[in-house]
Amino acid sequence: MRVPAFFVSYSNKVNAKLKEFGAVMFSKVRIRMKDGEVMDGIILPRPDVGDPDVVIIKHENGYNVGIHVDGIGEIEVLQIYSPPAWTGPKPSPGNGPRATLIATGGTIMSKVDYATGAVYPSFSLDELYEMYPELRSIASVELINLFSIFSEDMNPRLWTEMGDAINKAMQDGAEGIVVLHGTDTMHYSAAAMSFAFRSAAAPIVFTGSQRSSDRPSSDSFENIYASVLASVKAPFAESVVSMHASSSDGLVAIHRGVRARKMHSSRRDAFISINAKPIAFVDVSKGELRVAAASFKQRGDTIYEGGFDDRVALIKYYPGMSGEVIDYLVDRDYHGIVVEGTGFGHVSEPVRDALGRAVEAGLPVVVSTQTIYGRVNLNVYRRGVELGKLGVIPGGDMNSETAYVKLSWILARTRDVEEVRRLVVTPMAFELSERTEPINYCLGVS
Amino acid sequence: MVKHRVGLEIHVQLDTESKLFCRCPTALRNDDPHFTIKRRLRPSMSELGQVDPAALWEFRKNRVYVYEGYNDSTCLVELDEEPPHDINEEALSAALAVSMRFNAKPFDEIIVMRKVVIDGSNTSGFQRTALVARNGLATFMDLKVPIWTIALEEDAARRMGENGREVVYRLDRLGIPLIEISTGPMEYPPNTIMDIAFYLGQTVRNTGKAKRGLGSIRQDLNISIEGGAKVEVKGVPELSLIPKVIQYEVDRQVNLLRIRDELNRRGLKPYSPDLMDVTSELASTKSNLIRSVIKQGGKVMAIKLPGLSGILGFELQPKRRFGSELADRVRSWTELGGLLHSDELPNYGVTSEEVERVRSRLGVDSFILLSGAEESELVEAATVVVDRINEAFKGVPEETRAANDDGTTKFLRPRPGSARMYPETDLRPVRVTKALLERAASLMPEPIDEQIRRYVGMGMSRELAMQVVRSPYSRDVDRLISIYGGKASPTLIASLFVNTLKYIGREEGWSVNPIMGMEEAIKLYADGKITREAIGEALEEYAKRRGSTKVEDIVREKGLFKLPLEDVERIVSDAVSKLGTSSEAAIMQEVMRRYRGRVDARDVSAALRRLNSSS
Repeated sequence: MRVPAFFVSYSNKVNAKLKEFGAVMFSKVRIRMKDGEVMDGIILPRPDVGDPDVVIIKHENGYNVGIHVDGIGEIEVLQIYSPPAWTGPKPSPGNGPRATLIATGGTIMSKVDYATGAVYPSFSLDELYEMYPELRSIASVELINLFSIFSEDMNPRLWTEMGDAINKAMQDGAEGIVVLHGTDTMHYSAAAMSFAFRSAAAPIVFTGSQRSSDRPSSDSFENIYASVLASVKAPFAESVVSMHASSSDGLVAIHRGVRARKMHSSRRDAFISINAKPIAFVDVSKGELRVAAASFKQRGDTIYEGGFDDRVALIKYYPGMSGEVIDYLVDRDYHGIVVEGTGFGHVSEPVRDALGRAVEAGLPVVVSTQTIYGRVNLNVYRRGVELGKLGVIPGGDMNSETAYVKLSWILARTRDVEEVRRLVVTPMAFELSERTEPINYCLGVS
Repeated sequence: MVKHRVGLEIHVQLDTESKLFCRCPTALRNDDPHFTIKRRLRPSMSELGQVDPAALWEFRKNRVYVYEGYNDSTCLVELDEEPPHDINEEALSAALAVSMRFNAKPFDEIIVMRKVVIDGSNTSGFQRTALVARNGLATFMDLKVPIWTIALEEDAARRMGENGREVVYRLDRLGIPLIEISTGPMEYPPNTIMDIAFYLGQTVRNTGKAKRGLGSIRQDLNISIEGGAKVEVKGVPELSLIPKVIQYEVDRQVNLLRIRDELNRRGLKPYSPDLMDVTSELASTKSNLIRSVIKQGGKVMAIKLPGLSGILGFELQPKRRFGSELADRVRSWTELGGLLHSDELPNYGVTSEEVERVRSRLGVDSFILLSGAEESELVEAATVVVDRINEAFKGVPEETRAANDDGTTKFLRPRPGSARMYPETDLRPVRVTKALLERAASLMPEPIDEQIRRYVGMGMSRELAMQVVRSPYSRDVDRLISIYGGKASPTLIASLFVNTLKYIGREEGWSVNPIMGMEEAIKLYADGKITREAIGEALEEYAKRRGSTKVEDIVREKGLFKLPLEDVERIVSDAVSKLGTSSEAAIMQEVMRRYRGRVDARDVSAALRRLNSSS
C-alpha cells in the first residue's frame, strides 16, 4: 500500500527564505528570480526525497516544477490557500440489504486535490457514495473507519480488533461485510477471520486495489462493487478475498481467505487460490454473482472466537540456514513455529536438530512447503521421516501463511501440544483438503 | 484577415532505444498482436467532487477499451500493471539539449506529472508529462518565436479502430518519448506560422534523436481572435494544412460572433428544450433515414427553435454551417447519426409539404428534427443541441477540435480544465545536475540558419539548401557528404536526396531502406565506376524492383558501367573521323547520343583536347 506522503522536508535555507517573505505552504506567490524572470505558482510541500534546497512550485499551467532556492530573489505572496471543503449536495442513501464496510487502510478510497496535486485518503460515506454511486443500487451501506494503517503494519492483535468490529456489525444486523484492506497482507487477515468466525450470519469480503483509486484506471471500483454485491448476495458466509480475476476489467474472482495468496507485486490479478479454485466470480458489467464451489459454509448464527497468539513465527528454510535461527525462537519463549521447508517439507540436518530441540521444549512445529503448490509429505524421503519422528506437524496442503494464522489462532485457545496437533490437521474452514485436483496449479492440467 | 493569435504545440517523437518509463523498444509494429486486454476508465474525483469536463465527457460514452500488445515488446508498465521505471536519460538529455538551443531555462528539478486523459489512449488514464524548461526564445532568420515551455512526455497508444462501444488501441506507441514545444501566442501570418512549425520540428530532428516519417511530428494549434475564445485544434496532419486551418478557424470564430450579434439583434433569449413528437407528420416520408427509423418503431421529434431561421444554415467554414456544429455535438454525445434543421429543408427526401405539416404542428418557423429508436436518447440529444445553441449567445465556446483533411475542423471534446494534473507519485523528482546539462550540451542541435549557411558554403544554392533542410534526409545528406563529398559534390548528393528520392522514397513494399541504394549509387559514382547520368537510371530501376537487387547488379545488367578513358578516346577519335569535324559541340552531341550514361562529358572533352593537341 502506498499513501503518497508530502512532508515539509525543506532545508533551513528554504524555510528561511519563505519566512522572510511570509510565504507558507500552498501560498499562491509571484517569484522574482535573481535574473529578473518572474514566475507565478503555488508553493508546495516537498516529498521526502530529492534535494531539500529545491522549492517545488505548482506552475500556472498545472505542472509541478523545482526551482533552486539560490536562484530566487523575492517572493510576493498573492494569496493564502484555504483547503477545500466539500459543500456539494449530500448523496442519497443506498437501497437494499445492509452492507457494512470496514475500512482499515489502503489506497482504495484516495482522492486528488487538484489545487495542490496531493493525493489523500478519504473516509466518509458521502464521499464513498459520491465516488461509487453505483453502490447505492445494490445495498444500503454503512461505513466504519476502523484503522488507517499500511497493510504491512497489520498484526495478530489488530486481527482481533477487526474480528470484534465485524462481530458487532453482524450482531447489529449487517447482511454483508466488506473489509477494505491494503493488499499486501490481505490474505493473512482474511485467513484470520476464517478461523475466528466458526459460523457467520454474513460473508466477510476483503477487498483492496492494486492501482490506487485516484487513477482513472484503478481496479478499486470494480473490486468494491463486486465485493459489496457478493457480501449481500452470496449464499456462503465465509471470509474471502475479492479481487480482479485477470488483467482485464469485468470479472472479479472471490477466493477463500485461507486459500488466497498474493502472487504478484503489482498486477490487478495478483491474488490466486492456491491448491483450490475460487469460491465464486462476479461479472461486473452484468452485476451477477456466480458461485463456483460445490460446498461452503451457509449463512447461519454467528459464532465468533477472536484472539490470536502473537508469539508464533513463520520461518522460511534456505540452504545454509543455521539452527541458531530456530534456537533463538525457543530461547525467546516463542509459542509455536511454522517452518516453510523445501519440497515435501524438508530442512537440513542442523535445522532438523534445532527443530527437534524446539519440539522437546514444548513448541508445536508445523511444516509447510515453499513450493507454494502441492502438499507436504513426510513419508517419502528419509529427512521427512526423521522430522515426523521428531514430532513435527505436517501442514498438508495449507498455504504457509494460512498455517501461520491457524497456529496462532489455535495457540490462543490451547497450549496443549497434542490438542494443537489435532487442531492443525483438522479442516476447519476449507483450508485443508485431501484431494488436489489437477487443474489447481498455475499451469493447469498439461 | 482579422487579427488573430496562434500558439503552436509541436510534438516530436524521439528515436531512443527504449521508451520513456520502461525499457521496451520504441518501434511500431504491424504484425498481428499477441494478446489483448479489456479495460474501462473512470474519471477520478477531485476534492470538491469536481470531475474534469473532458474526462466526464469521455466517461459518459461508456466505452470499453481493448489494448493490443506483444509478448516481446510490451511489458507490464504499458499494461498499467507495474509502476513506471526511472525516466529515460537519453530522452531527458535530448529535451534539455533542445531547451538549450531555444534559450529556455531548465528547471532545477524535474517532476513527472499525471495529466488525466480518459479517452483510453493511455492505459493508466493519464499521460505522464514533465516540464523540462521555460521562457525561451527561438530565432529563425528574422522570425522571433517565444517558447513558453518545453516538456518531455509519453506518447499515447495508437488508435486502431472501434467496434460499437469498444475502442481498440495498440500499445506499441504508448510510452515513446515525445518532446513537446509550446510557443506563446504569435500574430504572424498563417504561412509564417507553418514555417515556424517546420523549423521547430526540424531543430529537434537535428539532435539526431528524433524519429522521422509519417506521424513522427504532430502539431496542435491554439487559435483565438479578439472577442473569440481559445480553441485548440488537435492533430493537424500535414504542415501544409496549417495556414488553411488557421484561416478557417478565424473565419469560424468571426462568423460565430456574427451569429451572437444577430441573436441579440433579433432579441432572442436562451432556449430550453421544447420537444414535440412529429412521427405522424412524417409517417409517409421518402427520406430513407427517417423512414427506416419509423419502420423500426422509432420516433421523430422536433425541437422548437422560434426565431432561428437563417442562423441554423449560416455558413461558418466552407460547407460547415452552424447546423453542422450542432450535429457534431449530437454525434459526440449520443449514438445518433446527426440531425436535420429547417434551414436545409426541404431536402434529403423530406418534401416541402412535410416541412409545412411539421411547421404548422409546431407553430414555429425554425426547428430541428431528431430521429432515433429511444425517446430518452432524443431527449438527451435535444439537451445537447439546445446547450450548444445557448453557447452561441455568448459567442465562441472554448473547445478542443479536430482538423479535417480539408482544413476545416469539427468538435472533438470540451477543453480540459486546468484541474487535471497531479504528481506521478511512483517516481522521484530528477535533479538537473551539471553532468546532465553537460551531456545535453553535447547533443545541442544545429540551428536551422547555420545549417542553411553551411550548405550554401559547400556550394549548394540557397534553394537547394532549404530543400535539404525541409526534407527528412538532412542527416543522411550530411553523412554521405562527409564520406563521399570529396569525389561527389555536395550539390549532387543533396539533389539526389531532394529530387530522386522524391519518386523512389515513398514506394511501399521495399525489401531494404531506399537510402541504402542511394548510398550505393553515390559510392559507385565517387569510385568513378558510373557517370552522373547513370545514377538516375540505375536508381529508377532499383526503385522499380523495390530495392530487391543491388545497384551494382543493375548497373552490370544494363551495361551502365562507365567506359574507361582509353575507350572514350577511341570513340571520340572514331566520331571525329566519322563526322569529319573536331568541333566539341558536334562531337559531344554524337558521343553522348550513342553512349548516354556510360561516358562522362568531362572525359569526352578531355579526350578531344588530347586528340586535338596530339594532331
